Amino acid sequence: MTEDVWSAQDTTPDDIESALREMLRERHAANQALAPARVLNFVVVVDRDWKGEISNRLQRLGRYNASRTVLCAVEEGRQKLDARAVMRYEEPADGSGLGVMLEEVEIDLGPEQLERLDTVIDPVIVSELPTMLWSPHGYDEAVRVALDLVDVILLDSDDLADPPEAFARATELLRSAYVVDLAWLRTTPWRERLAASFDPPKRRAALQRIANLMVRHQPASAASATLLAGWLCSRLRWDAEPLGSGNGAGLRSVADAPEHDVEIELEPVEQEVPGLVGVTVGCGDVFSLSLDRGPGGLRAHELPSDRTWRVLGASRGEAGILGEGVRQALLRDPTYGPALAAARRLSG
Amino acid sequence: MIEKPFGYDLASARKLNSDLLEVFDESQIFRIDHYLGKETVQNLLALRFANALFEPVWNRNYVDSVQITAAEDIGIEGRAGYYEGAGALRDLVQNHMLQLLALLTIEPPASFEANRLRDEKVKVLEAIVPPRVRDVRSMALRAQYGPGVVGGERVPGYRQEEGVAPDSRTETYAALRLEVSNWRWAGVPFYLRTGKRLSRKVTDIAVTLKPVPHLALQTSGSVGVQPNEIILTVQPDEGVSVSLGAKIPGSRMRIRPVIMEFRYGTSFMSESPEAYERLILDAMRGDATLFTRNDEIEALWGIIDPILTAWQEDRNSPIREYPAGSAGPAAAEALLDGGRKWRRL
Repeated sequence: MTEDVWSAQDTTPDDIESALREMLRERHAANQALAPARVLNFVVVVDRDWKGEISNRLQRLGRYNASRTVLCAVEEGRQKLDARAVMRYEEPADGSGLGVMLEEVEIDLGPEQLERLDTVIDPVIVSELPTMLWSPHGYDEAVRVALDLVDVILLDSDDLADPPEAFARATELLRSAYVVDLAWLRTTPWRERLAASFDPPKRRAALQRIANLMVRHQPASAASATLLAGWLCSRLRWDAEPLGSGNGAGLRSVADAPEHDVEIELEPVEQEVPGLVGVTVGCGDVFSLSLDRGPGGLRAHELPSDRTWRVLGASRGEAGILGEGVRQALLRDPTYGPALAAARRLSG
Repeated sequence: MIEKPFGYDLASARKLNSDLLEVFDESQIFRIDHYLGKETVQNLLALRFANALFEPVWNRNYVDSVQITAAEDIGIEGRAGYYEGAGALRDLVQNHMLQLLALLTIEPPASFEANRLRDEKVKVLEAIVPPRVRDVRSMALRAQYGPGVVGGERVPGYRQEEGVAPDSRTETYAALRLEVSNWRWAGVPFYLRTGKRLSRKVTDIAVTLKPVPHLALQTSGSVGVQPNEIILTVQPDEGVSVSLGAKIPGSRMRIRPVIMEFRYGTSFMSESPEAYERLILDAMRGDATLFTRNDEIEALWGIIDPILTAWQEDRNSPIREYPAGSAGPAAAEALLDGGRKWRRL
C-alpha cells in the first residue's frame, strides 16, 4: 500500500475536506487508474489515550475497510482541532486494471468540540454515502448529537457490564438509526448452526417441542447470550419471564411456548475470547443438540444418536467481528430488532 | 458589464433596464451571474442535451421532485452593509438558484447561441407562476441563524454580527417550493433552499426519479430499492453522481443503492477557468450566451417579487431562528409534501 499524507494543526473541518479533495485530484491526475472507494463513511469516536488499540483493530479490517474512515480522538483540555488525512492505495502492478483509494482521517479534538461532534464530522464525510458511527469508549452524548448525520450505529452490547442498560441503549438508538450490534454478531455462527439443525423437514416439528435451552457464555458476554435466547423467543413465539438467579452463577427463566414451557438458562463459563462458549437445545427424549466452541469451529453433539462432528470454520472469532460489523452496515437484518426486544424482556 | 444585484426588486430592475436601453442596445449589455460561468453549470446543458440517457426521463412522467441547495457554512464575513439590505432571497435565489432551475428545466434550444438559449430560459421562467402574496406563507419560509457551533467552534448569531441591527428581519435562510406549469413539468415540485452558517458548504441539484412501478425483488435483509437520484454538484466537489439499485453479492436477491460518479477534478486533467475569466472573455468577444437578458432578469424578479412583498409586509411575526452549524430550521420540512424530506446536507 502507498500513502499520501496531509496534516495540519489548529485546522477546521472545511480545510480537512478541501485537503482530501485535493489529494484525490492530485493522485488521480498522476494515475488515472486510481479511483476513490465510495461505499461507506465510518466515523469512530475514541478516547485519545486508547486510540492505538482501536486504530489497530481498524487496520485489521482488510477488505472491509470503509471508503472514508474518520477517527475522532477526544483529549481532555484540548481547544483546537489537529488533523491528519491519509489516502491509501495500491497502484495496479502492470499498468492495467483499477486501483481503489481509501481515505483515513484522524481528528484530535477537545471536549468542547465533542459536544457538537456533528459540526466537526459533517463537512468531512462524503455526503452521498451512508455513514456508520462507532463510539467504543462511551461518549453517548456525542452519539446523540450526531444521530441526524448517521444511518448506522455500531455498538457492542457486551461492552456494558449491565445487559439491561445495554439493551435499553440499543433500543433507543434503533429508533433513530439502523443498529449493528457486535454482541449480536458474536451469535451469528451459533444461530446459523441452530437454524440449520432444524431445517430438514423431518426435524422441523421438533422446534415446537424444545423444552430447554442452555447458553454458556464468557462472563463478559452475557448480552450475547441473552440476545441468542431472545432470538429464539422471538422466532418461536416464546413468552419468557425475566431471568432470575439460577442454582449456580447463572440466570434462569421459564418461557411460555405455544405447546409447553421452555426452561432457559444462561451459564457463565471462563473462556479467553468474548462471546458464547456453547449452546444446548433439548426436546426431551426426542432430540438434543449441543454446540461448543472448539479448535477450528464448533463441536456438535447430537442425542439420542450420540453423533459428534465439527462444524468447520463456523466461528469467525473476535478478529473478524469488526469487519463483519462494517459489512453488516450495508445490509438490514430484520431479526435483530425482535430479538433485542425479547432480550430486553428477558433481562427485566 | 453589470454585476449583480441587478435591481432591488421587479420595479427597480425594470427601471434599470429601461435606463440602460435608452443608451445601449441589448446586445451591448452583459448582466453577469457568475454561476453561469461555472463549468458544472454549463455541464448541466451537456448532461441533458449531449446524452440520450437522461432526456427521455427528464419530465413529469419520471421525475418525482427536484431539490436545489446552495448552502454555506460561513456567515456574512463582515458584509453586513450589503447583506442587511439583500438577504438570502435576493443574494442567491433570485439569480443563481433560479438560473440553475431554468437550465435544468428548459426545452432543448435549436442551437447553443445566445438568443436561442435565452429564449428558452425566458419561456421556462415565465412558466413558473409567481405566488400570490397571500399564498407565500405556504410556499416559502425564511429564517435567521442564531448562535451555534460550526466546525466545533462557537459562532455568534446573525443579530450579534458586527453591523447587523439587533432587531434585523433580514433572512439568512430561504426555502421555497415552486412549480413549473408547462407540459413537461406540471405537478413536479421544485424545492429550493439556501442559507448561511449551515452545517456544510455545498451547492447541488438533486433530481429524484419516481419509484419503479412494481417491485418483484424482495427487500428483506437489505436497505431496499430506493428511487434513483441524479445529483449535480456545483461546489465544492464539482461533478455528477447517479444512484442505482444493485444486487448485493450472495445467494439472495438483496438490493442496495450504489453510486456511479463523475468528478470534474479527476476526469479532466486541466483546471477549469474561473467563472469570471470565462465571462469576461465572452463579453470581450461579444458572446452573450452566458449572460442574463433584460426580459430574463425581469422574469426572475417576477417570481421573487411577491415573496419579497409578503415578507416586507409581515412586520410582526417573529423571524424563525436556526442554530448556526445546523441544517436549517426544522420548519422547512413543512414545505415538502408527499412524505418527501430535505436531503441531508
